[in-house]
Amino acid sequence: MTETATSFSEIIQARSGEPLHTCYFCQKCTAGCPVAYAMDYKPAQVVRLILLGRRDTLLRSNAPWLCVGCDTCGARCPNDIYLAPVMDVLKEMALEAGLAPAEKKVYALHQSFLDSIKLWGRTHELSMLMEYKLRAVDLFTDLDLGLRLMLKGKISMLPERIKDLERVRALYRRVGR
Amino acid sequence: MRYSYYPGCTLSSTGVEYGQSVAAVCEVLGIELVELEDWSCCGSSSAHALDHELALSLPVRNIALAQPAGMDTLMPCPACYQRTLRADRRLREDEAWRREMEALLGFAYDGQGRPRHLLDVLGHDLPAEAISSRVRRPLKGLKPVSYYGCMLVRPPKLTGWDDPEHPVLMDRLLSTLGAEPVVWSYGVDCCGGSLSLDRSDVVKTLVGRLATAAAEAGANCIVTVCGMCHINLDTRQQGTQMPVFYLTELMGLALDLPGQEQWFNKHFINPLPLLASLGLVGQRR
Repeated sequence: MTETATSFSEIIQARSGEPLHTCYFCQKCTAGCPVAYAMDYKPAQVVRLILLGRRDTLLRSNAPWLCVGCDTCGARCPNDIYLAPVMDVLKEMALEAGLAPAEKKVYALHQSFLDSIKLWGRTHELSMLMEYKLRAVDLFTDLDLGLRLMLKGKISMLPERIKDLERVRALYRRVGR
Repeated sequence: MRYSYYPGCTLSSTGVEYGQSVAAVCEVLGIELVELEDWSCCGSSSAHALDHELALSLPVRNIALAQPAGMDTLMPCPACYQRTLRADRRLREDEAWRREMEALLGFAYDGQGRPRHLLDVLGHDLPAEAISSRVRRPLKGLKPVSYYGCMLVRPPKLTGWDDPEHPVLMDRLLSTLGAEPVVWSYGVDCCGGSLSLDRSDVVKTLVGRLATAAAEAGANCIVTVCGMCHINLDTRQQGTQMPVFYLTELMGLALDLPGQEQWFNKHFINPLPLLASLGLVGQRR
């Protein structure tokens, strides 16, 4: 751990724009979070660990990867703190530090989704799911679901490629992707 | 009434019946939809999960495409709507960023048209009589719970929704159709969203909670305006078989529009037995 507790929490507050230092630790965020039950550290604990400067613990935690961004925490927080942007910063920092994502399949899906947009301009489920399956090294789960979706005409074979893909790719290049 | 139209990726894939019913309903209600030429994906949950800057910039291309027409842009998908609203907010508030986006995407932001969700347009721009006067088949006996999900109402400081904990707009529209909406406490709870494939155990848990709560409240179906919510609720229920409708499908049913059978055939949980038991399918009147 290189940063002091203060600098670590200040970096996160600056990057997320969320005023974590105003947290009362009332734990309404944890109480309302639909996925808290599956997290190793609950949302209010994540805030406390940030303020304590526990960088290594947090960058290895699965909580940021399980956050679905539903904003229930922020809508109910007495101090208007939204944790989804904080969780996003923690994921970015974990990747920047070269750490393996604590939820590898979640990362694999997000990455496949972003690759699909870069490739076609819109998402194409079939190729995206194939990439996800390879990245996640999980070839067989939900194959029946995928097949039924195809039979119902809900997954198309061919992608819709936009004409001005260059502009979309320019947005990717701007962020170094 | 005329709007720019951003269907989003889901409406031509897993939410195909949503797209078809939106088109049918809007046409009969006199809502003209002008699809944005060459629109691109908003980035959805994955962009903000991995890259904050990418997430805010991807929707700007669509905002730029919508600008020449100067109309509000109607969006059926809550995720597209919320991601675009966030980008629009930053264009309004961060001048340096706005200039960078303008240079990169070759447009000059004027802030005229705004991103609007379908439910907002149906509930606020359209007079209630426009719908009630066209109801041919009142949905008597249908007891839906309104399921808004996360992205439509939150964050309230961004969406400005009527009540972020207990919105009522969808109930009002369902009552107009002759249905008997049921009050429940889970209307803005999350279905698990994008964890559908990579942590399907979480989605099954959350969806199970929703389906059970709907049944306990005395509902016989769930109504949504979100493609992600629909596929999660329609494919991840374990043990329960609660039918899940798009609001526009029920509007099409009540207004007796062509194409209904096709929409319902796309569902995993077949809603026809429920509708038949209530005398809501069969001979068109």
